[in-house]
Amino acid sequence: MPGRRFRLFFVASALCSAIVLGAQIAPAAAPGANDPWPGLVQDIFNNRPMNDGAEVIGIEMPYRAEDAAIVPVTLRTRLSPGDNRRVLRITLVIDQNPAPMAAKFELGPDANVTEISTRVRVNNYTDVHAVAELSDGKLYMTKTYVKASGGCSAPAAKNAVEAKNRLGQMRYRQFARSGQGPASGTREAQIMIGHPSHSGLQMDQVTQLYIPAFFVNELRLWQDDSLVLAMEGGISISEDPNIRFTYVSNGAKRVRAEARDTDGHVFRNEWKIDDPGI
Amino acid sequence: MAHGVSVLALLMVLGTSTLSRAQEQELPVSEVAPKIFVHVGEIALMTRENEGATANVGFIVGDNAVAVIDTGGSVREGERLLAAIRARTDKPIRYVINTHGHPDHVFGNAAFVSSGTVFVGHRNLPQALAVRGPFYTDAFRRIMGEQLMEGVRMIAPTLLVDGTTKLDLGSRTLTVTSWPTAHSDNDLTVLDEQTGTLFAGDLLFLAHIPVLDGSLRGWLKVTDELGTLPAQRVVPGHGPVSEWPGALADQRRYLTKLAADIRALIARGEPITAAASTAAASERPVWQLFEDYNARNATSAYSEIEWE
Repeated sequence: MPGRRFRLFFVASALCSAIVLGAQIAPAAAPGANDPWPGLVQDIFNNRPMNDGAEVIGIEMPYRAEDAAIVPVTLRTRLSPGDNRRVLRITLVIDQNPAPMAAKFELGPDANVTEISTRVRVNNYTDVHAVAELSDGKLYMTKTYVKASGGCSAPAAKNAVEAKNRLGQMRYRQFARSGQGPASGTREAQIMIGHPSHSGLQMDQVTQLYIPAFFVNELRLWQDDSLVLAMEGGISISEDPNIRFTYVSNGAKRVRAEARDTDGHVFRNEWKIDDPGI
Repeated sequence: MAHGVSVLALLMVLGTSTLSRAQEQELPVSEVAPKIFVHVGEIALMTRENEGATANVGFIVGDNAVAVIDTGGSVREGERLLAAIRARTDKPIRYVINTHGHPDHVFGNAAFVSSGTVFVGHRNLPQALAVRGPFYTDAFRRIMGEQLMEGVRMIAPTLLVDGTTKLDLGSRTLTVTSWPTAHSDNDLTVLDEQTGTLFAGDLLFLAHIPVLDGSLRGWLKVTDELGTLPAQRVVPGHGPVSEWPGALADQRRYLTKLAADIRALIARGEPITAAASTAAASERPVWQLFEDYNARNATSAYSEIEWE
């Protein structure tokens, strides 16, 4: 059952977020053509050194993007329990997409988020990089490779009318986590926000259509006032952004979410956690 | 004299080769009802080898004019369809109807551009072509190669259908209907009431696994509504020309099963990745290209049904 929906605040705000991730444009290239990664390290990470992230972070995606518009991706932190370093943030980069920087996740200091799953658009055959920044101040990188989908699937909305109708709806759901009783404190939950996430379209010469980019660029989630997870998103995040994640409960009785989009809308919602111990 | 004979022989060879090439160029079609011709596409993914000719395409000849229904997966296929038309009639092609905007149905459009021809499509088709066109042309350059993709252009309809539009071909009227989001968000059907022949586009798949690029719940609803149309036979978007409305049964069963499996997965809290590998698995033996599209259908359906 989806989590109980409480109140939905739809605030059309004039405060347009300064974070626009659609700005980094890289030309699509065939596999084996110039590797865009070094340029992306410069643009996104200011050329900071990349350390081998095999022991720090894992990334899972299907080898083939079945549906170009909805490609599941799961990030898992791999620090051993004895490691006193902490993952501060994880950046997801889809090298060959028009806007390669897909998302940046900030992990709440006390939430111990170890797993994040979301869905992205994949335009081409591409490397996908996950870069974790640890509390030691270093970056750790791991990557996977995804084949583009074939056929008629495209990294675009399937049902524009429905997407518009859902604008700003939020849902929160908590899952029973098999094999881990309440004693572990680990929870699994999902936040969904209805949004068409248009990647935008320049003036089309034939139809004279023009569609401005319109997407969720910020989503934050708290248990009481303690940050669990924040995401800065770009147009590579699938429509109706959806994040499933694990965290450790601090005993809070409510979860709160706030999202912003590129038009300055602010969407807020909160949910009561009936039994934070479960 | 020997010289003259060899010239004659050469001319004969040239003549035969031109003739056989013309025959080769013609897309094979069969007359499924009086003056309604259909090419049944290969049940396959679009490739360089099959020249993208995977969808069913056809044409209807009236007393005054011709309507083409879908143009195929390459300009080359469009040209071969044009050759098949010209081998049967010299009446002008007044309408090119695109049943929706997927590459295997519209990539041949450029072969039919001429001053007297009107392109007809769903009111959502121009936007779909504008948003997806550049992605499709890039992707299929990779898949089918530059040569086949040369000349492929997204040609948007100028006659937009929102509800029902009648097209007069001379003693023959076609009813073109736009549908709510189902297989895609720009599906049209074409009904020739005179012969009870329905071109369903990709609102109906037979033998080829249905491909979901719109709304699963919408498609199930449209499948039921389609069943009430007064037709005797249907030309599906993929698969053989079949009796109506019995031809809907397999697709309805598949879509129903997919929806039920996805709902159960979501109720159990299973993630979207589980849907790709398990949903509708019982349908595997029934459909061609199951491995190519079922995981995709399940992924798409999951992201829709979780909002129920």
